[in-house]
Formats: sequence, structure tokens, C-alpha cells
Amino acid sequence: MSKERIQISEALYDIMPSDYQDLVKSATYGKEDRGWKDIGSSKELIEQHSLCAGCPESMAFRYILASLPNPEDTVMVGSTGCTSLVFPMVAVHNIHSLFGNQNAIASGLKRALSVRFPDRVKDVVVLAGDGATVDIGLDMTLQAWFRQEKFTTICFDNELYANTGGQESGLMQKGFVAKMAPVGKLFDKVRLPEIARESGCHYVVNCTVSKPSLVEKVIRNAVHIAREIGPTYLQLYTPCILEIGKNSMEGLQEMRDSEKPTERFAYKEYVSEPAKQLLAELAAKDKERKAAAKQLAGQA
Amino acid sequence: MAEVKSLIGTQNKKGQTFTDPWKMLHEAPRTPSFYTGSEVIKEAVRRSSCDVMIAYPITPQSEAAALIGELFAEGYIGDYFRGESEFAVMSQCAGAAFGGARVFTTTAGPGTMRAMENFPMWAGARLPIQMIVTCRGINSPLSIQPDTLEIAYLLNTGMLVWHAETAQDFFDWILKGFMVSEEPDVHLPLALCCDGFFVTHTKDVVNLTPTDMCLPPYDPYRSPVPCMDMECPPVRMMRDPFVMKSNYISYATHASWQQEIWAAIERSRKHSIHWLNGLIDTENTDADIVIVASGTAVSQGREAIRLLEDEGVRCGLVKIKTLRPWPEEEIREATKNAKHIFVPEFNVTGWLAKELRASIPNPQRVHAGPHVCGGMTMPPEIIVSEIKTALGMKSFSLAGRGS
Repeated sequence: MSKERIQISEALYDIMPSDYQDLVKSATYGKEDRGWKDIGSSKELIEQHSLCAGCPESMAFRYILASLPNPEDTVMVGSTGCTSLVFPMVAVHNIHSLFGNQNAIASGLKRALSVRFPDRVKDVVVLAGDGATVDIGLDMTLQAWFRQEKFTTICFDNELYANTGGQESGLMQKGFVAKMAPVGKLFDKVRLPEIARESGCHYVVNCTVSKPSLVEKVIRNAVHIAREIGPTYLQLYTPCILEIGKNSMEGLQEMRDSEKPTERFAYKEYVSEPAKQLLAELAAKDKERKAAAKQLAGQA
Repeated sequence: MAEVKSLIGTQNKKGQTFTDPWKMLHEAPRTPSFYTGSEVIKEAVRRSSCDVMIAYPITPQSEAAALIGELFAEGYIGDYFRGESEFAVMSQCAGAAFGGARVFTTTAGPGTMRAMENFPMWAGARLPIQMIVTCRGINSPLSIQPDTLEIAYLLNTGMLVWHAETAQDFFDWILKGFMVSEEPDVHLPLALCCDGFFVTHTKDVVNLTPTDMCLPPYDPYRSPVPCMDMECPPVRMMRDPFVMKSNYISYATHASWQQEIWAAIERSRKHSIHWLNGLIDTENTDADIVIVASGTAVSQGREAIRLLEDEGVRCGLVKIKTLRPWPEEEIREATKNAKHIFVPEFNVTGWLAKELRASIPNPQRVHAGPHVCGGMTMPPEIIVSEIKTALGMKSFSLAGRGS
């Protein structure tokens, strides 16, 4: 799709929904420099959301949408969870299918789009919680990586099944008392980032979403690498403040506490050799583009 | 949205000509070929302009899936890969169909059941995926022989369900199936069933259309719901009605959408009649005794009728081609003269007899049986025996004849 497609007939302009008018007037589509700082300037990046006040997932969701390098040709695949409540308000196509099958859906989708649009870039991004990614859908998550499917998998890790009431999940910390973990969880947090690396992912990051610029960087890297080289995986801590007993204002601090060097969400990044090379090439091109823009501005 | 022009008359990359489907199936010359059912599936897919095929390696459908892999290697299919589980395969099919591809897959028996959650989702998402179901036992103890019990579960998924009798049916119906399921007022998945092994593993003479003709490609923009390819402007939209908790409107949306799926099945009726030349075939339905069957039970019924004729008993036959849509009116008309209706089935529960009883006046006329199950064959003699016993005629057991 291109922004040119989003046109309103003049005769119908005044009766079109304000959201549509906004999308046509100020969409960030087609802007290479779009990023989290555009949030608030366009409804396309979610003016409102239906998640809990102070929800870290809502922050992550906005940063991700704002950071997609190619939103006008990106399709997202989700699973049942709180993000399902937000997607009806998002201006990218989203597939919500069954619980845990998101990476299988994305595999078929990416291949279909590659068959139908061989000369165009169509990005696919999976966004699902830890239950769908690591427990119920683990087989399909791993097999998509084994097959080197070219899409990005993002796991919103809130360390439990938040949307359904706080049951034990594989990514829950050992010892955490939860519904279905009445004496505390008995085994360690599943080390999916390590498994992702061993399973063939070319870019793996484990972090919180406390720093929007960092989220923007890793999203762009992950999508670019998935597009050109192979599967990528991001595990982002998005604590469910409701289920871990925090107030609305405490989500950000919870993430900051969890990303300390000794904590479980200390920033960890793995980049494969081909991915490193690609990122270097992209950085060089970006530098060149910025220099050209600067020169042009100087001439003006 | 991309502009789509008719491609009929042009050639694909394999040199096949996109041909008007009616002409291809009704006017083009046919070549008799001696093939297994699985080979026939391959030949139909070769002519179906299929974009994506996803395979799962469990018998009996695995032979067809492997043969279609050869088609991919030859360049007839856009993409092909082996999925990790039946649930995953059906999910991958869904993803490809969401992305606007013509999608084909195969399954059988326990795999069908493992994947079952996907089928109402396919129907609800209006994905016109074609799935071959080569029916086999699903129960424990393990059986890999044919048994049509799984069809009973498919009947209420919102999919179209057709039941082929022969390899010739299979060839034609695969191609016709895409035409019906992709109609904008239908746009539903199709489960094209056959009795595994009996059809897939036996050889038969099948009249094939020319190799250099194929169906026109699928046009995803004729779908009644948006294709998930970002080619239409997405404005705060979501494709699927979704449960917003405690939201009465969403419940109402769900309820009306489910009704729409079943209305779409009904709308497929006219297209199915057009392509299949009716939803049922009949022979001698003015007789007092009529056999009603689907799948290979039809063939066994036909043979039983021949045996009965030798003994002076006249018997009619109704072959049901589509189970969804269910040909209720046609069956009522075809059985209006019957005093006794026999329903031979390859399953223990007798789901077809139950459907039939619910559809016709005086359902006490229906004799549910004979049934065979667990992969047993159905000798025509047991149908004859069932009929003669019901009529109070003397009947000999097969064991007594030394069969």
C-alpha cells in the first residue's frame, strides 16, 4: 500500500470519520524517520487505548507501532491477550487467530505475501504474550525459527497469563505464587532468548520497555534483519501491574528495577554475523542519507 | 486495492493457459489415465493454480501431500512446506489464506481432530481453503483404515463438506470446489472428503483434463472481508468480530456473524448445483426400497442393488454429494415414494442416518445400517442381508456362504 491510496473523495470529506481524516492528513506512512516521538501527533499511532491506566504493555505497543519501518506494508499477527483489545484501533492489518498459533499463521502469511508480491517488501510482525509464545505456542514458535521464516516475533513477557487472571506461565519467575502455582512456581523462568539464538534467530534482544529510544532501535533492527536474513526475536518485559499488585504509577519503576545488571531483564542482545553486516550497511546508508539532507538544508 | 484483469487466455510461468473453468471441465478433451486416488489429487492440484500448499506427513493423505511436493519442485505451486503438526498446518494454511493465497492441504483421521479448532476459525474468517480429508479411524485402539466418523465432527464447523465416491469425483470436485468456495457470496473453506485407502490407494481409470489448461488464479479482492495484505487502507479496523468483555454489541456481532456463516453455506447451494449437476444423484427412486449413501458406501449400495435385482427385489439409490450444504429438499423428493430407506455407512454412529431422519417425513422408514467401522470393508452382501432381513426375507450370513 502507499499513502497515495488513502484519499477521500472531496464530496464525502465532511462526513468521513475524523479518524479517517486524520489518517489522510497526518499519517506517518512513508516517512523514513518516523519514531516514538511522533506519538501524539497522529491517531494512527493510537491516540487512545483500552488497556489499564499505566499499563506498560500499552507503552510498548505504542513504541512498536511508531517504530515499524514500513507500516504501510506491515501485517501484524497476534494472539489472545490484552493487545487484542487495542488492535481494533490500529491502522495496520492485524490477524487474531487462535491461542498460540501466531507463528504458524505468520509463516503462512509471510509466504503468501512473498508469492503474491515478489517485488515488494511486506513485513510480518508477530506480537503475543508469554503464554502464547513460550507455553501453548512454543512448538510453532520454535518450528518457525527452525524453518528460518522471515518475520519478527515479539513476546510481551509479563511473566504470567495476565489477560485470563494471573495463572502460572513458563516465563514466570521461580517461586512466584500465582493461580495454579499455589506453593510458588517450581521451575526456573524458561530461557527463551537463549533457545531463540540456538534455534536460528539472527537477532535476539531481552529488555524492558522503559526506554522508548531503545525499543525503537531494537524494533527497527529486528524488522530489517527479519526482512533480509531470517527470524528475529524480542522479549520485552511488560509487567501486568494489576496481577503483580502494583499501582498505575509503578509500572515504569518495576521495569527499571528489573533491568538492573543483576536482574532478569538486564539488556541482552545477540546479533548473528550476517545480521551484524546488514546493520552496518543500514547504518552507513542512514549516515549518508542524513548527510545529504544536511547538505540540502545548508543549500536552502 | 489492486486492479485485477481477467487472465483467461494468458499463460502462467509453466506455460499452462488460464482457462474458463466451465469450458475446461465440460468441453475440453479428456484423457483416460490409470491412477491412484492420491495421484489424481496431484493431477487436480496441477491444474488448480494453487498458490500455497502445506503438508503434514501422516498417512493416508501423506502420499498426496508428497506428490504435490513434486509439483512444487516442478514450479506449479507458489510455495510448499511441511508443517510440524496438524494444528500448525491448518494455522499455516489460515495465514496464507489471510494473505490472499489460494491454499490447499490434506489431512486424515486423528490429524483432522487435532486440527479441529482451526476449522470454525477458517469459516468465521471466510478463508476459502480447500482441505482434502481422506477419512480414517480416529478412535482407540489404533486404526489407520478408513472410517468416516470424522465427517460427523466436520459437519458443524461452518465449512462446506463434500463426500466424493470415486477418484473421478475427486479430480473434478477439487477443481469445482475452488469455484464454489471462492464465490464472494460463499467464501468458505471446503472439506472435500473421501474414504481413505479405498479411494486414495486404489487405482482407477480417471478422465483428466489437458495438462496445459488450469484454473484462473484466485482473486482475493472478491472476498467479502478485507484481505490481510495492507492493500486496502486500514482505518482502525479489525477483521474479526471479537469478544470485548461485557459488551453486548460484541455478543450480538458474534451471534449474527455465526448466522451469516451458515447463510453462506446455504448460498453455496446454487453454485454447488451448477457445478456438481445437483447435490444428489438418483436412480430408480420410484422403488419401494431406496438406499441413501455418500462416499464409497454408494458404490457398495450400487452393487447390492444389482445383487437384489437378481433376486427380484427392485431398489433405488440416492447418492449424496454435498453434506454441507445439506440437500434436504432433494432428499425429501427422492425418498417420497420409499417405504424403506437403508443407509449403509462406514462408521459406528450412523451420522448420515441421523441427518436423514431429521430431514424427512415418517423417519421410521429409515433403517440405520448396515454399519461397518474401524476400517472394515462393506461387502455388498451385508447390505443385501440387511434389506432382506428388514423385509422379512430369508437371508444367509456371509459366514454361512464361506465368504
